[in-house]
Order: sequence, then structure tokens, then C-alpha cells
Amino acid sequence: MIEITNLSLSRDGVKILHDVSLRLPQGRLAAIIGPNGAGKSTLLHCMAGLLVPDHGQVYVNGQDIHALREQSRALILSLLTQSQGAVPRLSVRDLVAFGRWPHHRGRPGPADHAVIAEAMTRFDLDALAQRSVDSLSGGQRQRAFVAMAYAQSTPWMFLDEPLAALDPKYVRDIMDRLHNMTGPDSGQRSIALVLHDLSVAARYADFCIAMKDGRIVAAGPWREIVTSELLSDLYDTPLRLAELDGAPVVVGL
Amino acid sequence: MRALPVALIGLVLLSGASLLVGATNLWNTPLDTGMVLAISRVPRTLAALLAGAGLALAGVVVQQSVQNRLVDPGLIGTPEAAMLGLLAITLIAPGAALMVKMSVASLTALAGTAVFFMLARLVPRRDPMLLPLVGLIYGGILGAVVLWLAWATDLVQFISIWRTGEFSGVLRGRYELLWIIAGLALILFVLADRITLLGLGEDYARALGLNYLQTVLLGLGCVAVTFSVVVVTVGAMPFVGLVVPNIVSRWRGDNLRQNLPWVALLGAVFVLGADLLGRVVRWPYEIPAATVFAVFGAALFLWLLNSRKARHHG
Amino acid sequence: MAERRLIALALALLGLCALFLLWNLRVPMGFILGLRAEKLAALVMVGAATGAATVIFQTIATNRLLTPGIVGFDALFIFTQTMLVLTLGGAGYAALADTAKFVVESALLMGAAMALFGILFRKGADDIIRMILTGVILGVLLRGLAGFAQRLLDPSEFAVVQQASIASFNAVNPDLLGIAAVVLACGLGVALWLAPRLDVAALGRVQARVLGLNHDRLVFVALGSVAALVAVSTALVGPITFLGLLAASFAHALLRDHRHIVLIPAAALMGAAILVAGQALFERLLGLQSALAVIVEFAGGLLFLALVLRRRAR
Repeated sequence: MIEITNLSLSRDGVKILHDVSLRLPQGRLAAIIGPNGAGKSTLLHCMAGLLVPDHGQVYVNGQDIHALREQSRALILSLLTQSQGAVPRLSVRDLVAFGRWPHHRGRPGPADHAVIAEAMTRFDLDALAQRSVDSLSGGQRQRAFVAMAYAQSTPWMFLDEPLAALDPKYVRDIMDRLHNMTGPDSGQRSIALVLHDLSVAARYADFCIAMKDGRIVAAGPWREIVTSELLSDLYDTPLRLAELDGAPVVVGL
Repeated sequence: MRALPVALIGLVLLSGASLLVGATNLWNTPLDTGMVLAISRVPRTLAALLAGAGLALAGVVVQQSVQNRLVDPGLIGTPEAAMLGLLAITLIAPGAALMVKMSVASLTALAGTAVFFMLARLVPRRDPMLLPLVGLIYGGILGAVVLWLAWATDLVQFISIWRTGEFSGVLRGRYELLWIIAGLALILFVLADRITLLGLGEDYARALGLNYLQTVLLGLGCVAVTFSVVVVTVGAMPFVGLVVPNIVSRWRGDNLRQNLPWVALLGAVFVLGADLLGRVVRWPYEIPAATVFAVFGAALFLWLLNSRKARHHG
Repeated sequence: MAERRLIALALALLGLCALFLLWNLRVPMGFILGLRAEKLAALVMVGAATGAATVIFQTIATNRLLTPGIVGFDALFIFTQTMLVLTLGGAGYAALADTAKFVVESALLMGAAMALFGILFRKGADDIIRMILTGVILGVLLRGLAGFAQRLLDPSEFAVVQQASIASFNAVNPDLLGIAAVVLACGLGVALWLAPRLDVAALGRVQARVLGLNHDRLVFVALGSVAALVAVSTALVGPITFLGLLAASFAHALLRDHRHIVLIPAAALMGAAILVAGQALFERLLGLQSALAVIVEFAGGLLFLALVLRRRAR
């Protein structure tokens, strides 16, 4: 459970988050949606403890995330950022292995190697293990970074626009894998991610956080709160939530 | 516009101060006061004014032709290339006339600047900070060659005069080459509109009917001659060509034809001010004007770098 | 694999050292051997310190183009040294024991470097080129300030500082070798202790923090060790801007490994090998006494330009 109370944050004198409060239950795949500049990324970074708010607290599983040591925090949550720096010539396996860093701090044990191997297999990376991260295609690269976050084995996973510039095939691939992680056989991870493709959000998310102008407009289970009206208001353009062959889609009118 | 009279009064006051201040006290000297003025003070003041105006104008030309406001001809290898030419001709023909040496220096300075111009076309435009960095390193490489040549031939003392600009050695008969700059300034004023077009980039400028290559060569030629004159007579002085055009364009906008006189005036005032400060701070010893200017110029450059950031976010 | 290459590199360095010591050895053997050993020790220490410092620095800045020298670390050293002479006076400065001087200067450098570059790294993490350029200009500013301050000194004090601001492998102060060795050992020890954390830091500040690294503290400690290492090399021979770039780039290319536990020793060995081989070549074979520093600057500058222009492809 994540509890956010009265979170405010400004940068260079511009207010980015206005008094945000939120309760996010465990074991869900929560989509943060909203127009550009709504403060989605900032909220995610604040939740991950990387940005310190001017006011307010973030409690993750009952612990004040900004009061924790960096290492303890890294055992509770992981974050996949928009621009991942890759070291030149770093191999895929070495990248994924970095996910275990918070657990071993430089001295990996057999348990760590087991988790790394499992992450490699789960994300179909075994064939790419010795390839360098630079040489991967966009979809493969993103998969490798998600695998690193997965190997961190944290109860909470945050992803900032993990689908940016990916082909539909890879979008589906990544989202299927993420969705599976919230299931019981993967330890019921809780996932929060910033999404721009509303149809993808409608299809996979079971919780919705709708943001605009640094405020939360609505938050709750996707099926209960997301309507065509909410989306149209949120993005200031007519949108309709519809169904196509049994799957939800969002189309512009 | 009241700025013009203010600037002119400032120029006159500075020049007056420059005539009065120096190691020799004008009112209490065994020498003839008129002689001191005519042989040392007047030439020195004129030299500072001419060098300052020329360096500042050269800055405008280079910034327009590589489309980058953060580039300074003093920091892209032009003075080092001029020194290379001077050194070469000194080694090959030690007895050559000053005009010959100068011409050789101008040619090598032009070649050195042209190489930087080619480098500039290889460096991606989206990163405006990268080009000045490349220029600094390129200048450093040429500088290393010059230093090595000087070392190998025992001329280190010789080149150290060119490497730091100062006006204490300026006497009547040893600065008159700088008047070439006045002529170059006139040429640049005539070319002003074409140089403005250079700032739009090659494709645009060609589309508007400009003979691009000719204009670039003409502009860079003026820069090269200016630098070789300055290096030969007073020594290299970085940052003038960077700081002055930027201040003028922030203050008065981007009309080049109207700005050129201001650039020349402000460059002259700044360099004379730096020289004057260097004379006063530790009287009767002198601090080279280039050293004074490096401190102020670098500080101003840092301010430019970061105020640009403020503008981007603002 | 990487370990085997590291061992090969160490053996190559040993061979070079033996060659340097024994090549063309004449009577009085003991005396010449002693002189050569002193010089060799200085070369090895300077190379090792510069190579290791550069790898750490590049990782902290997540940029393979940077060296502590490019962003003005050694300018900072000369600046602190000048300030020390200025405040203590030439006599007071000369009265300090070499060891005390070195320790005070290194401590000052560490403090100043952490203050300056700590801020720079935190602010500039999103805009690397601006950060580099700011560092470079900061270096120019510091050099200018040092030059300015040096002119305020008496000529005798001036000579004390002037000697430190030009790189020379021929004027090594043997009294400093002992204390330099201690500082170098400490700096390298800290660097190797940091190695696993540096591996994570290479992923970038945000990613490293996500993985639970206290990035601010790492930057602080790492910059401290970089400052200590730079102090070693600058105090021994003076500023060499590009040696670190050569050593770090070659080490990366040779090992093709991201682990700092092997990268740092490799860069240290590489830096030492470049200097020993270069000195052997220029002094023994070509008979050029002072060329090494200039040649290193020249080759390093070219490598820098090549690296910058190669980035265009990406």
C-alpha cells in the first residue's frame, strides 16, 4: 500500500505538484495518465524517493520513503526511468545483474546468480546474454532494462513511459510480461507506470491515476472510474472509451 | 538614444586617463613631457583601441560564419596558426621584412581558421556548446606544435611575447601596422549585410543568392589579417571577440549593420580599460592586458553560459 | 579474460621500466642508475595517478571525453598554490617543509575541488557538454586568476610559482617522491575500494540511486581521491591535460570490461607505460629532452577531437 499525503513540489519557482494525496493498493497494475506537463513523471520520481518534495510524505508499505537510506529504499521499490544510460559495451547479462546490487553491494552470491538466471529466462534474454546493450534493438533494449528492474525483486516497481517509441509487437510483449508479474506466481508485485497510449492502459491497467496541471483529477479502480467523459475532460479533446472484439479501446472523435 | 554620447564620453575619458597613467609621472620627469606622450603614451592608447576594435569585429565575423555565438576567434586556433606562420618564416628567413612576416602569418592564420571552419561543419549543430570546446582543443593542439617548434629551436622567449597580449612594449614606430585594422573595419562595414546572411546557414544564404564561399573566405581573411597584426604587434588576446559581440547583441538586438560600430567601440573601450587597469593595479609594475581580460572574459563567458540556461527555462 | 590482459599490461610496463633503467648504461653505473630510478619513479607515479584519476572522473561524470585536466583540476592546483604563496609570502612559503607544503596544497585542492565540481556534477547532470565547457572556462579563469595573482607577487616569489605551472619531467623534486608515493597509494587504495560502487555509478546518477547507491556521497569521496591523485602528478611535474584521456581511452579499448576493479589498475598501468615509453623514446632515442609533455598534449588533443567527431555518428 502506498499512501501519499499533501505532496507539493516546485522547481525553479514553478509549482509542479499541487497538494497531491493518493492511496494506491497493493498487487495492482496502476496506470498514471494525463496530458503532457501534468506532473506524472515528477509524481513517480517523488514516489520512488528520488525527488524530495517541498511538503507532504510518501509512505510505502508503512515506511516514509524519504526517511529511508538509499539501500533500504532500493529493496522496497525499483524505478525504470525514461532515459537509461548504458555503459558502452556493457553486456546484457551484466546489465541485468546490476539489478541484484542492492542485495549484495558488490559481492554476488549463489542466490543472486539464480535470480539473474531466472530473470534472463523470463524475459527471453538468454540468446542475447553476451550481446552489448548498445547493439540491441529498441524493443530488446527495453526488455533488458525491465529485466534488470525485475531482478531487483522489489515488491513495488515503477516505470516511467516504458513503451515510448516501441513497435506494437514490443508494446504487447512488455505489457504482457508486466501484467503477469502482478499475478500470484510472480509474488504479486505492485506496478505503477506512466502510459501515453490510452488503449494499452485500458486493456492492461486495473487501477487509474488521472493527473492534470499537477493535481490528481481522479484515482481508483480502472473499471469504476474511467469513462469517456473523464478522458475527454482530462485531455481537453473528445475521446471515447469503446470495445472492439471484447477488448477496451480509446478512440478520438 | 543617449547611449552613443555616453559611450563616446567614456572613450574620451579612458583615452585621457591612458595618456596620463604610466610608470613615468608626466609632471615630474627628467624627460620631455611631449616626448613621452608622442613616443609612448599616444601610440599605446591608439594600439589598445585599434586592437580591441579589430578583435571584437573578428569575433562577429567568426560567430556569424559558424553560426555559433559561443565561439571566439581567439580560442579556435587562429592566433596559434598565426604564430606558427611567424615562427616558420623566422626560421626560414630570419631577415625578412616585417610586412613579409605579417603576410605569411596572415596566410597561415587563414589556413588555421579555415580548418576550424571545416571542423565546425562536422560538429553536430544541435549542441551549441560542443563547437567552442572543439575550438579550444584544436587551438591547444596548434599551440602544442608552436611550443614544441619553439623548444626545438630555442625560440621560447621569442614566442612568449606573442602568447600574452600586452601594450607596455608599444612605442612609436612599432604599432603602425595596427592601422590596417581600421581599413579592415571599413571592409567589414561594407560587407555587413552579406555577413548577416552567413548567419542563416549555407543553404539559406545560397538560396538568397549569396556567393557563400567567397563571402566566407573574405570574412575569414579579414579575421586572419586582424589576428596576425595583433599577434605581431601586441600578442594574443583571447575572449575579446567572444564577450563584446555577445554583450552588444543582448543589449541592442541582432541588426548587424547597426551593431558593428558598437562592437568596434565597445571592443576598443574594453581593451583600453583592461590595459589601464593592468597599469594601475600594481603601479609601477604592469599586468598584461590579456591577463586582465582573461579573468574578466572568462567570468563573463561563464555568466553567458548560465544565463542562456536561465533563458531557455524562463 | 580482462584479468589476463591486465597481467600482460603489467609485464609490458615492467619490461619498459627495465629498458628505461638499463638502456645504454655507462659508468659510473650506480650514480646513473640512481638518477634514472628517480626519474622513472616520477614518470610511473605521474602516469598511474593521472590514469586512475581520469577513469574515476569519467565514470562520475558519465562521459568518456572528460579528464580532470580538461575541466581545470590542475589549474585549480596552481591557483591554490599561488594563493598560498600570496597569503604566506614568498619567505613564509619557502620556510614550509616540502612535505607540509604538499599536504597543505593537496588538502586545499581536495576541498576546492569538492566544492566546485560537486556542485557542477549535481547541477549539470542533464547537460554534459555545458558542464564540460563550464569546467574548461573555469580552468581558463583559474589560470587567469593565478596569472593575475602571480603578477602581484615579487619577482622572486613569482619564480617559485611559475616553475609549477609548466609541465617538465626533467625538474622533478626528489624530496617529494616519498610523500607523493604515500598519497598515490592512499588515492589508489580508496579508488579500488570504491570500485564496485563506481560500476553502478557508471549507469548514471538516477539509475545508480534507484539501485540504492548513495550517489552524492560517492561523488564526494571519489572527487576527493581524484583531487589527491591530481595533486600528486601536478606537484611532481606540472599540468598535463590530455595524458589521462590517452590512458583511460586505451585502458577501455584494451580491456572491454566495465568493472572498475580491473579498469582502474589498467588505466594506471597504461598511463605509466605511455610516459615511460615516451620518455625512453624521446630522451634516449631521439635526444629530445623536453618534448614528451608537448607530444602527449598533441596526441591527446587529436584523440579528443577524434572522439568528439565520432560521437556525431551516434
